[in-house]
Amino acid sequence: MFTARKSRLALIGGIGLAASLVLAGCASSNPLDTPTEDGGESAGSDTIVIGSQAYYSNEIIAEIYAQALENADFTVEREFNIGQRDAYIPDLESGAIDLFPEYTGNLLEFYDDSADVTSPEDVYTALQDALPDGLTALDYAEASDQDTYTVTKEFAAANKLTSIADLASLSEKATIGGAPEFEQRPYGPAGAKELYGVDLAFSATGDTTLESLLAGEIQVADIYSADPAFETEDIVALEDPENLILASNVVPIASSDVADEIADVINAVSAALGADDLVALGVQSTVDEKSPEEIATQWLTDNDLL
Amino acid sequence: MNLFAEALAWLFSPERLEGQYALPVLLGQHLFYTVVSVVIAAVIAVPAGWLIGHTGRGREVAVAISGAARAVPSFGLMVLLVLLLGVLRVPQAATITFVLLAIPSLLAGAYTGLEAIDRRVIDAARATGMTEWQIFWKVEVPLGLPLLVGGLRAATLQVIATVTIAAYVNLGGLGWPIIQGIPLRRFDQVLGGAILVAVLALIADMLLALAQRAAVPAGIRVASRGSRTPRAARRAASAESPSASEDSAATAPSSASPT
Repeated sequence: MFTARKSRLALIGGIGLAASLVLAGCASSNPLDTPTEDGGESAGSDTIVIGSQAYYSNEIIAEIYAQALENADFTVEREFNIGQRDAYIPDLESGAIDLFPEYTGNLLEFYDDSADVTSPEDVYTALQDALPDGLTALDYAEASDQDTYTVTKEFAAANKLTSIADLASLSEKATIGGAPEFEQRPYGPAGAKELYGVDLAFSATGDTTLESLLAGEIQVADIYSADPAFETEDIVALEDPENLILASNVVPIASSDVADEIADVINAVSAALGADDLVALGVQSTVDEKSPEEIATQWLTDNDLL
Repeated sequence: MNLFAEALAWLFSPERLEGQYALPVLLGQHLFYTVVSVVIAAVIAVPAGWLIGHTGRGREVAVAISGAARAVPSFGLMVLLVLLLGVLRVPQAATITFVLLAIPSLLAGAYTGLEAIDRRVIDAARATGMTEWQIFWKVEVPLGLPLLVGGLRAATLQVIATVTIAAYVNLGGLGWPIIQGIPLRRFDQVLGGAILVAVLALIADMLLALAQRAAVPAGIRVASRGSRTPRAARRAASAESPSASEDSAATAPSSASPT
């Protein structure tokens, strides 16, 4: 009886201590707060911290930036594989990350989803206005990773399709597959109807969009233009002469503090990053299974940047 | 306007009744996958559970399998099955996932329902000259029914909540507003979809609770009403009178149903 009470007291005391520790932890740092100085300070003022999304193509571009800067005698710290936009934008805005490969259209959508520009130049201009203070968009590259209206080459040949407008001549109503949110995007099926007069049904094929297209379940697919499938499969993206689709070129987003220092090096990379490069780089990653470091070194050497 | 009000505004907007993803369509898809999956699971799990409960054999195996099955993450299983079966058999892949989710609760409901019956009731039935089939159909099944309906209730609730992920593989359902709303950062839509799933689950749970009450055989209902007060129940339990065993069979569903 006595020992039972004693141990119960000890237990209550233990719980109380644990609770106070937890509460103290809460008081000193809110885990939901934006991390601020920590990253910036530990890296030192001369170090350029480069981030990347948890997306192999993005990581390769980040690695290209990193090696180009190292070649120009900058100290670089790699913070790759951070995840999606919601996860890393706070770090980028706070200056904990100095440089991040981004995509003009998608980033503009993040900051201003009411923008109605679609061509590469207009999107870039709108993005520069939409970016918060402290962030600078360096030159954008010709390479882009954006939505497409893609068909199999067989289907294109059989129906003489070269542009999205040609889909209007199909005898049967075609279905376009894509991520769930594509249905609501201005360049989704409703946009195609308005701009090109093309009537498309929608199917939310999500992660299996390519497989669904190859299986014939859908006739048109929204596949990102940097997808290695454009080289490995017999598919072709339809042209978009009226700029229906939001352009999303690769654009380096830098902290304004370091933007001027690194501009020469990074802009040279952007200038060399051509339209088909991302697909080729992606194939080296997914098919040849090379590491981002190897792929980046190879590309920089091929383009006389290393 | 706070998010909850925005979600309600989203729900009651007239646009929700239009197009490919109108809410009635999504509700129909959600109910379709729920009903089909629970029915298939019942066809598999109930006879198996009854067999285990009647014979008393294979219980350990059933407990182990259904316990392990509960731990399988439905989302991962569904995506894996879609990859294995291919994009043309997505509905089958999703249905298998939901069936596997529903089986443990139904199996447990079926065999615990039979197990909870006092052996003396069965011995008495046997002594009056009933055949094994008669014992099974006239004694074991009716007495085990409340627990079985309890298992059905748990299974249905889990499946309603989980069919939400069907939208991820293009099967629609009430998960669609959630799956589409997250990348668009339209949180009124996400919350609206979540509210719909929760309301549907509550309604289904209420109806099955009524069914569970109705499933208690009339004889037991009379007996348990006699020992409703805690004191009487305690006295009955300590004395292990025949009425106590009936009482436990009748009240077991609320305590033993694996929710």
